[in-house]
Amino acid sequence: MDSPNFDDASDMSIPTMSVNNKPVQIDGEARTLLVHFLRDTLGLTGTHVGCDTSQCGACVVMMDGRAVKSCTVLALQAQGSDITTIEGLISEDLHPVQAAFQQHHALQCGFCTPGMILTALDMIHRNPVLDEEKIRHELEGNLCRCTGYQNIVKAIKSAADQIRSE
Amino acid sequence: MYAFNYHRAETLDQAQDLLAHYDDPKILAGGHTLLPTMKQRLANPSDLVDIAAISALKDIQHVGSMLSIGALETHAHVATSPIVQQAIPGLAALAGQIGDPHVRNRGTLGGSIANNDPAADYPAACLALSALIHTTRRHIKAQDFFIDLFETALEEHEIITRVEFPVPETSAYAKFPNPASRYALVGVYVAKTRNGVDVAVTGAGPVVFLATDLAEALTRSFMPGALDGVSINPEQLNDDLHASAAYRAHLIGIMTRQAVTTALARV
Repeated sequence: MDSPNFDDASDMSIPTMSVNNKPVQIDGEARTLLVHFLRDTLGLTGTHVGCDTSQCGACVVMMDGRAVKSCTVLALQAQGSDITTIEGLISEDLHPVQAAFQQHHALQCGFCTPGMILTALDMIHRNPVLDEEKIRHELEGNLCRCTGYQNIVKAIKSAADQIRSE
Repeated sequence: MYAFNYHRAETLDQAQDLLAHYDDPKILAGGHTLLPTMKQRLANPSDLVDIAAISALKDIQHVGSMLSIGALETHAHVATSPIVQQAIPGLAALAGQIGDPHVRNRGTLGGSIANNDPAADYPAACLALSALIHTTRRHIKAQDFFIDLFETALEEHEIITRVEFPVPETSAYAKFPNPASRYALVGVYVAKTRNGVDVAVTGAGPVVFLATDLAEALTRSFMPGALDGVSINPEQLNDDLHASAAYRAHLIGIMTRQAVTTALARV
């Protein structure tokens, strides 16, 4: 039977995804996780591996406009998808969420920050109104060991207000 | 993770052909239970058949007295679907409490009930609402579907296609989550229909179950106070490092009262 088989790619086109608006071919073993593909194959090391058990949120990226934990997605599951990593947010200036994190001192060691920022962007897109309670609920999947979250919540509220006013 | 081959099915027929063709395949939907299990090397499938691209499994419809949800609908979509929110707000609210936002963006209804984790949320809704689980081969009543710890009535390679929920008069879910995993330490779904009340409990035992004593008391009077004096036997309940059986029994009463209060507010 001819079936799509990743390890025998001779009879099928090579799967691709878009990462930060650039098309890339997905290569490597079928068991390659999206986070490892981004970091090791593409060199996009802004996406971090924290717990590797889908608890901590350090590996969060945007997949077709929704925040996902890239340690719990196979690279091949993302074929045909648009992926945005922290590297994809910056243009000439910092993204408004990044600027808000800087302004409100919402990071100390910075390890959780890329995942926090992409989670923040997702919640700002999805929620017309963001108050402190909602932000804290939406942050359930992101752990920070330094800040105690106070300034992260402030930064997200400030970024949401700024993005809404634009 | 052990090595495996990956296949992407575009149709249900193709998925079934692939599953029949390989030695030890597994179905991959959102992957938010299967991939963590494989990372711990607790599962070692020869092949993964990814069904996420099968559009026939993504559909939410409210027809007559039935709400039908495609097996591939994510928790995030069920939680925010205006159709679900209007038909069974308790079910939408339950979906919004599963895991965290990222898990809800990937995890699916079909994946959750096929796995039948003893602390998963959806099984409680399926059981209390008397859902009908449609598969590639048949349809199965929820009361016949959840058999035991991680065990369901599904046969090998049988794929859940959609779940039909009869729309109740009112319903609600109350959950006491484990603060680390966000799985239910105890979760109670209460559904009130013309025929009476059903109460399903997850997280407390080896598999989701109906609490018939509580349901009978609530059928007589659908008020939190109707539960006064109804005791819950802790004998069959889980007793582990997270909570003792007695504590879980106590929580069942508390969560049931909370669910009744929320359900009454929705009438």
